[in-house]
Amino acid sequence: MGKQRELPEINASSMADIAFLLLIFFLVTVTMDVDTGITRKLPPPVEDDTKVDFNQRNIFEVLVNSANMLLVEGKEGNLATLKDETKTFFLNPTNDANLPEKKLEQIELIGDVYVSKGVVSLKNDRGTSYEMYIKVQNELTRAFQEMRDELAVEKFGVKYDNLTDPAKQEAIQAVIPIAISEAEPEDIGKTK
Amino acid sequence: MGRFKEKQSSGIPKISTASLPDIVFILLCFFMVSTTMRETTLIVKVRLPEATEVQKLEKKALVSFIYVGQPLKNMYGTETRIQLNDQFATIADIQNFVAVERDARDEADRKFITTSIKADRDTRMGIVTDIKQELRKAGAFKINYSSRKATKAK
Repeated sequence: MGKQRELPEINASSMADIAFLLLIFFLVTVTMDVDTGITRKLPPPVEDDTKVDFNQRNIFEVLVNSANMLLVEGKEGNLATLKDETKTFFLNPTNDANLPEKKLEQIELIGDVYVSKGVVSLKNDRGTSYEMYIKVQNELTRAFQEMRDELAVEKFGVKYDNLTDPAKQEAIQAVIPIAISEAEPEDIGKTK
Repeated sequence: MGRFKEKQSSGIPKISTASLPDIVFILLCFFMVSTTMRETTLIVKVRLPEATEVQKLEKKALVSFIYVGQPLKNMYGTETRIQLNDQFATIADIQNFVAVERDARDEADRKFITTSIKADRDTRMGIVTDIKQELRKAGAFKINYSSRKATKAK
């Protein structure tokens, strides 16, 4: 026992510093880049050329041509107004006959509401730039997100993203689905 | 109890720091385990577009990436190419890629697989549309247009 006492102890106080340096090295080199993006769901492939008959008033056509110009419902469009146009289209506050039909539905937690049948149809040319496409997608998402927020504030008093109850989120989703259809590719502005 | 030595003669007793390295090593190990290193090296130039309405990609292990952009090295030309894993690929390879990615995942997780399209902002939509069509055929319906969160609202 007495001999062990005489063994010189290695000074381990710098060990902590070494470990800290390693830790800091890892923290700096590891890029904690969070992947973000716009999530979409693709439709399953259509086997035959069955045309789904949509009532024309239910479709909000957005076309982006190869020069990155917008055509919204047959008229020249503009990125700045696209969001509001989408909202007025989808909600149809004046019950306009040219804007989408609404159907009275009973949804849990919300009760009887009118659910719009509107669908945004986004078409692009093969020459459209990706950046423009994302901008348009972004504006459309913003429109739907705002509508969800408005409904959530009206019904539950908080914004959609702050809803903690998944049942409430589902209820909002049922009233305002993200109805953006990325149409079958076709060459617009070109002769087929 | 008089047998024990009285050591508290010199003021404040020192706190033993012997366990500090261990604590830090545990932290280090935690970081090394929890962070996933990016195993693919980019061979195409990808400058992501910006958007404001972005969502975070949850569950990184269930995301497979498709990179689209111009080759970084000039020797491969300037035409926009697709990168899957570590090499250039063509549109025809995508279905196979999706199948391989799907087989690599747990059966219970397969329906949550998201395909993230990381395309350069100067890409033409033609190639992206082709990719989307292939993904539809392969049954990978959940996609994500990878974009950075815009730093400033318009």
